[in-house]
Amino acid sequence: MNEKIKKNSFLTNQIQVSLKINAKNRSLTLDSRTSLLDALREHLELNGTKKGCDHGQCGACTVIMNGKRQLSCLTLAATCEGANVLTIEGLAKKDKMHPMQGAFVKHDGFQCGYCTPGQICSAVALLQEAKDGDASYVTADVRNISKELKLSEEEIRERLSGNICRCGAYNNIVQAFKEVHSADDEMPTWKFATKMQMKSAKRK
Amino acid sequence: MRPFTYTGTTNRNEALKAFTTTSHYLSGGTNLVDLMKEHVEQPDQLIHVKNLQYNGISKNKDGSYTIGAMRSNADTANHKDIRLYYPLLSMAMLSAATAQIRNMATNGGNLLQRTRCPYFFETSMPCNKREPESGCGALNGVNDQHAIFGYSDNCIATHPSDMCVALAAIGATVEVQKVDGGSRKIDLEDFHRLPGDKPEKDSNLEPGELITHIHLAKPELSNHYAYVKIRERSSYAFALVSVAAGFQIEDEKISKIGLAMGGVAHKPWKLIEAEEFLLGKKPIESNFGKAAELAMKDAKPFEGNRYKVPMGKNAIVRALMQANNIGE
Repeated sequence: MNEKIKKNSFLTNQIQVSLKINAKNRSLTLDSRTSLLDALREHLELNGTKKGCDHGQCGACTVIMNGKRQLSCLTLAATCEGANVLTIEGLAKKDKMHPMQGAFVKHDGFQCGYCTPGQICSAVALLQEAKDGDASYVTADVRNISKELKLSEEEIRERLSGNICRCGAYNNIVQAFKEVHSADDEMPTWKFATKMQMKSAKRK
Repeated sequence: MRPFTYTGTTNRNEALKAFTTTSHYLSGGTNLVDLMKEHVEQPDQLIHVKNLQYNGISKNKDGSYTIGAMRSNADTANHKDIRLYYPLLSMAMLSAATAQIRNMATNGGNLLQRTRCPYFFETSMPCNKREPESGCGALNGVNDQHAIFGYSDNCIATHPSDMCVALAAIGATVEVQKVDGGSRKIDLEDFHRLPGDKPEKDSNLEPGELITHIHLAKPELSNHYAYVKIRERSSYAFALVSVAAGFQIEDEKISKIGLAMGGVAHKPWKLIEAEEFLLGKKPIESNFGKAAELAMKDAKPFEGNRYKVPMGKNAIVRALMQANNIGE
């Protein structure tokens, strides 16, 4: 198909792009409108990256581009010339899962699984951001600069807020992240309400 | 999405030369690509400018800083000097969108992001901003997210940026490259427009002008700062109301101050009267309350957004209190 387009060159808006995906060089001839997400899914048979909203509102399409997490649905493939893209398919080493993938399985960091590739790519990139000492909106004072941050639960939730999980597996996602980030695999900090608390919370 | 030709370049003159009136410059694309998918924007050509060499952050002789238009929001907010000397800007930028989007979005693009008014996005609805003279759906429609200051009958949309609110508080100048090769500087206050009878124009940029730099005022508000952003969920949402507050204290009195609001007008809304009131006053809650009253006294809300008046007052007081107490 791609060879035919190249030969006939019938698309006035066709573009060519060469990039590295999961350590493999790939060259594509595409309609200029093609998003990186569609290039991955429809042209390279890399279906791990998911299309949720296709409008930058859910994070399911998150990939790691040149070391940074980005949304592949709002990235035009044309802009990716020379880029180095890492998708969920590129995280495992042969049969060995990435520690973040293992932690998601162990802690049940999903239910339906549709947001999971995006969640995991996002979480893997966040590990590096924490090492680099990046700040977030909930950082107490951005003027305090240090590396190798140990992120609190509030920090983790804020920094992963770009990945929506409509099954609501957030508690387990945070636990999975904590285990890899700070070797903290204790039970979550939240507890079920006691009977007394339930009673007093009822409207009178 | 309507077909378009794509022009990628690393050369400024090539980018300017390629420009036609039906072209758009493309930087991070987090807003433009979405609007193209929605058929709100339908350019014939995209000129990719993100790889132009306007991505530095540098200190000027007078101690002020210049940030490149093509630098990502994430890199800017996390730059050591921006965190130290412009913490208000850093905090505001970090409150916006998500890590993924901040990695893509650029400073120049942030200045030019378009309103999130639902009538602007929904092409079956009237919207003077999207389609001049088609009417304003929000004026008598669902207007809970809309402006309370500076609007006109033609448009009651708000400007969505957090970065720009902090820039308005700090003071900044936007440098642009003109098509004929010259450059000019626009004060941030004159960069964005009120809707008036031309709501389709968000800014005073001329066609083809390319943003290259943002020059920040001298870092004189870094001791006390806070960006308070009120939204419908605690993260990943646009502001209902936001407040950028930065000030310095000398002899127990406020000696310098910058105050601006987001989510309330068609442009970042600078609180000049409140700033003037607080200069020389003690940083105490009663003074902050009076300043907030002054800031909101001319608010003219709609049926759906009356809540923004008390919310705005409270947010101003909270931002000033938070700024006063920071680091303690």
